[in-house]
Amino acid sequence: MQPFTSHAGIAAPLLRDDINTDQIAPVLHARGLQEDYKTMLFHRARRREDGSENPEFVLNKPQFRNAGILVTGHNFGAGSSRESAVWSMLANDIRVIVAKSFADIYRENCLQNGLLPVVLEANDADAFIARVVAADGGAPFTVDLVTQRISGPGGADLAFEIAAADRTRLLEGLDDIGLTLKYMNDIIRWEQRAAMAQPWLQSAHDSR
Amino acid sequence: MQAAPPRTLFDKIWDFHCVGQRADGRDLLYIDRHVLHELHAHHAFTKLQKQQRKVHRPDLTFAVQDHTVATQPGRDDDTNPSGSAFIKAMRDGCERSAIRLFDLGDPDQGISHVVAPELGIVLPGATHAVPDSHASTVGGLGALAFGCGTSELAHILVTQVMALKRPKRMRVRLDGHLGPHVNAKDVALRLIAELGVAGARGHAVEYAGTATRSLPIEQRMTLCNLNIEMGGRSGLVAPDGATFAWLYGRPYVPQGAQWDRALKVWRTLQTDDDAVFDREVGLDCSSLEPQITWGTDPSQVVAISGRVPKPSAVEPARRAAAESAFAYMGLAPGTPLAGLPVDRVFIGSCTNARLPDLETAAAVVRGRRVAEGVTAMVVPGSSRVKREAEAAGLDRVFRDAGFFWGESGCSMCAGGNGDRGQPGERCVSTTNRNFENRQGPKVRTHLASPATAAASAIAGRITDVRRLMVGAA
Repeated sequence: MQPFTSHAGIAAPLLRDDINTDQIAPVLHARGLQEDYKTMLFHRARRREDGSENPEFVLNKPQFRNAGILVTGHNFGAGSSRESAVWSMLANDIRVIVAKSFADIYRENCLQNGLLPVVLEANDADAFIARVVAADGGAPFTVDLVTQRISGPGGADLAFEIAAADRTRLLEGLDDIGLTLKYMNDIIRWEQRAAMAQPWLQSAHDSR
Repeated sequence: MQAAPPRTLFDKIWDFHCVGQRADGRDLLYIDRHVLHELHAHHAFTKLQKQQRKVHRPDLTFAVQDHTVATQPGRDDDTNPSGSAFIKAMRDGCERSAIRLFDLGDPDQGISHVVAPELGIVLPGATHAVPDSHASTVGGLGALAFGCGTSELAHILVTQVMALKRPKRMRVRLDGHLGPHVNAKDVALRLIAELGVAGARGHAVEYAGTATRSLPIEQRMTLCNLNIEMGGRSGLVAPDGATFAWLYGRPYVPQGAQWDRALKVWRTLQTDDDAVFDREVGLDCSSLEPQITWGTDPSQVVAISGRVPKPSAVEPARRAAAESAFAYMGLAPGTPLAGLPVDRVFIGSCTNARLPDLETAAAVVRGRRVAEGVTAMVVPGSSRVKREAEAAGLDRVFRDAGFFWGESGCSMCAGGNGDRGQPGERCVSTTNRNFENRQGPKVRTHLASPATAAASAIAGRITDVRRLMVGAA
């Protein structure tokens, strides 16, 4: 996993709650194993009915075309567990999402891929949103995971909280499977205990 | 000796399965049953190959083809052209890793959340993971399930554990008696309406109360299936005599002396009397009407006798979403739901395509015809459900009425197999998400129960099934 230390980029405001993974990474009719995640991101919102670009959508506006930070409302990433909703962000060089809250599975998928999910408390979130809107893509913000601060135009640095373990994993770009493999002996011992205590959990046979 | 502190059912299952704590503070939770599907598994298989890592417990891992499979009779790998690569990659991956695959043509093929319980692969008190957000459907049997992403799927394949933060505990008490033609789908929609689409975020939910206890197992699964639509990753119902009777004799369920031994353990799978939940909510179901969504998220719900809300009746924070939903759904505030003309009806999905769902719908359809101009489909949740329905003559009931009777799969729930509506169509659907464009570009989805969907197909309009069935036997 690509480590995350700090990311400077234009912050694009997508100020709605409950944006779901069907919106972020829609299931498109024609698809294959090698998908174009760059094009997939907000595929429908980015286009008008005739297929041409929708100039109203925030990521299509000239000042936000190369946004590196997405700023949004509550419960971002609701719905399906599809990880393409994270991969499509990364394919567009968006490495930070600042939200009022995240859907549980989406947040986990972010952590698995080095996409930094930042949650700001209500007051801070509103203040930050105001600054993002005022900046209007004119100057970048920097999100620094080492110092846990967001800096940029329109005011003082904002501190944000993140669980220490999540922070370390992102900073070091740790391989999640590798982390767990260190406990393989414990896992095997658990299996041996479970095979005694509840053997039906440790085997799954078709009795037919 | 001090008595053990009271624990919730969730805590009992979690504590038993907790292998230990990882250096980063996450609990390593053993996964007893892991079920894959073809839409997401190939990414994980490719990753494992690249990393030269092996599947730790192929014997506890199962796989289904469900998301991309065609529903047309006589289907094969290529009937849905955009699914064939996924289907073949799944087959190859399962063969390499010796994973039992319920493939196209297998008599046990179907939607993972339907197949795993009906074969008894998932058991009370077991932990379960699927790379799909509706994994907690099997919570209806008293299993603790987690929907997961593709990276987590690969993690489970290699280690058989998930690295999780312990969620908070929430209890939903459902009391009262459900009226005629009202079922778990209506209860779940009302709950989502009351609690919101993030109401259970961060929580594992236990459904309790007299109304929950009186639900048949399949409806408990419907209830737990929709848990994610209020933001909860895991939801379950404590197993009871009905659960054990339902499971007895199913192919993967322990047999003989093992069954007796399992039963002793399963009978302890209850929340202790004084156990504390982080959050408790309740709903009296006695006066509940059939429910239906009017908007574009599963919390935008009204009773079947209700109207699209006026913006002034929507809480301010939700008003912009409501305005956007009015436009997408082509509905003016104040419009009654009942009577809206429908173009399409879909009965299927992991939410509502088990045998009793189809029986309920067939009871409404029997002896009637789908209204002129309505495209109506039934897609059984598994090939086994399909066979059992056919043995009971339900396929004839649906076909005679003008329904399409399909082969099993996820079908129009997410449209990943090409089954989709046409732009602008209004569709009453027994599925779980009414998101914009989900069932096809510009398709307007109304989520409802199988009975409401069937009644609406017959009337050609959104219909209160209780009115249609007045005077009927």
